[in-house]
Amino acid sequence: MELKPGSRWKSAVCDTEVVVVRPPKAEATLECGGYPVIPHAEAKPEGKTLHEDFAEGSQAGKRYADEETGMEVLCTKTGQGTLTIGGRPIGAKEAKKLPASD
Amino acid sequence: MHTALLLDMAADAAADRLALGRKAEGLTFAEVRRRAHHGAAFLEQMGGTNVAFVGLNGPALPVALFAAGMLAKPFAPLNYRLPDADLSKLLARTAPSVAIVDDDMAHRLASAEGVTVVARSAFEAACRMHGDSDAEFLDVDHDIAVLLFTSGTTGEPKAAILRHANLTSYVISTVEFLGSEPDEAALVSVPPYHIAGISAVLTGCYSGRRIVHLEAFTPEQWVDVASAEDITHAMVVPTMLGRILDVLEARGESLPSMKAISYGGGRMPLPVIERALALLPHVDFANAYGLTETSSTISILGPDDHRMALYSDDEAVKKRLGSVGRPLPTLELQIRGPDGEVLGPNESGEIYVRGEQVSGEYTSKKVIRDDGWFATNDGGYLDQEGYLFVEGRLDDVIVRGGENMSPGEIEDVLREHPDVADVAVLGLPDNEWGEKVAAVIVPRETQPSAQDLAAFAKARLRSSKTPEVWEFRDALPYNDTGKLLRRQLKAEMSRPA
Repeated sequence: MELKPGSRWKSAVCDTEVVVVRPPKAEATLECGGYPVIPHAEAKPEGKTLHEDFAEGSQAGKRYADEETGMEVLCTKTGQGTLTIGGRPIGAKEAKKLPASD
Repeated sequence: MHTALLLDMAADAAADRLALGRKAEGLTFAEVRRRAHHGAAFLEQMGGTNVAFVGLNGPALPVALFAAGMLAKPFAPLNYRLPDADLSKLLARTAPSVAIVDDDMAHRLASAEGVTVVARSAFEAACRMHGDSDAEFLDVDHDIAVLLFTSGTTGEPKAAILRHANLTSYVISTVEFLGSEPDEAALVSVPPYHIAGISAVLTGCYSGRRIVHLEAFTPEQWVDVASAEDITHAMVVPTMLGRILDVLEARGESLPSMKAISYGGGRMPLPVIERALALLPHVDFANAYGLTETSSTISILGPDDHRMALYSDDEAVKKRLGSVGRPLPTLELQIRGPDGEVLGPNESGEIYVRGEQVSGEYTSKKVIRDDGWFATNDGGYLDQEGYLFVEGRLDDVIVRGGENMSPGEIEDVLREHPDVADVAVLGLPDNEWGEKVAAVIVPRETQPSAQDLAAFAKARLRSSKTPEVWEFRDALPYNDTGKLLRRQLKAEMSRPA
């Protein structure tokens, strides 16, 4: 999968949707709920369900970053699956709170 | 990532929260998205590659901005305060385009080839259509989100390019998604064609904060709406804040629901911000510094810095009230000398910035370097703790006998004089020194003498910085976003009498 900045993806098994903020430095596969994510415009495959080992959930507005590949995504829709790369969960970054300025 | 996705996220996660307008007739996030979809379908039929907007603030602005974003068509809000001929010229430059124009402004515009004019009322009616739009907006490549024509006091206005990537990067790195309380509301009084007017829509939406637009700014109306709508957040330019404080003082009001006011877009006179802090102690003040070319804010002086500066005995901390705080953690900022060398703390030079939110691009030319650094053309320095002090446009710096002087520093001193209501300092041509320092004073009730003012300045500044030319006027020229038109003054005063 080509995880280009700005490209949108969704989980094959839950409601999670993400947009790529920073691409991985090398080829990587982003998964959610135990299965590779699919392009946003594609229909979800039938017959697959959330893998119980990858059901920690995702949260809209949180950024998930992977130190190893440098990849970063923004979760745009909350879901039940865990975001992983090659089965390795990627962590939510702490939000930097700044005073409102606009 | 594109701007309409910000609305999508808010509408998915907080569908029923009020997003736009007054409480009584406010639109929810879901409704704004629904209308933007209909708006996009409508605009798509009109053709053109750009979407121009000529009109006052109001719910149609965010709806049109997001609709254009969905279509991946650049959105170009134009300055309706320009003379008719200039406005028509700008509009012609957006061709091929569809232009949403306030019904009572259409007669001002000359018809232009390739520009389809649509009345705002017709656009709004199309957006209000019943049901959900069945138009599908594919994940096409989104590139330019907004074209903003700079005020350009000389020559043709330049069109600054802001890409979807610049704006969304700014929003998602500075704002917490749905970080606002459901009852929070922001009052937006900067015009649609100002970068702060655009960024307010995007950050307001992403934070889940209701936006109430003032059609056009008057201090009385601002205070009326702030009270009636329980406004919690607002952004103002310095001249607006001074006038708002006058109204509050006259009426004895104190805006009890207000939580935070940010200001920017020009130098804030110290007496004004000190008065604001004293009059509104419950309000968090933030000073934001940014440029059109940087998608708004790049440096912020936060509420605690304001209070520290007010109550500290430390001179360096007190002085920070005149700074724009620290650069955002998501970008890099440097001060560079005339040969491009990076300068150390307390050394004045040109402010350079680099980061994803920085576009530094115009339709006519790219001014950003290949390595991503953008020269702001603003002079300034960083103090020991990394606080940024902006000294003004480099073009405004006065060079007298090889010494560089910032007009702002001299203005700050003169503003402390009890008989000075407003002041502008600028350089005039001088045969001996290259330039000489001139001051234009707007007096309060009694007009001080030039001698008195000179003595006052000399006691607080080096004598070379003391103005040699004094002029007294009833008012100074400002543009409608509160920027002093220093170059206009300079041109007027440079003319032989």
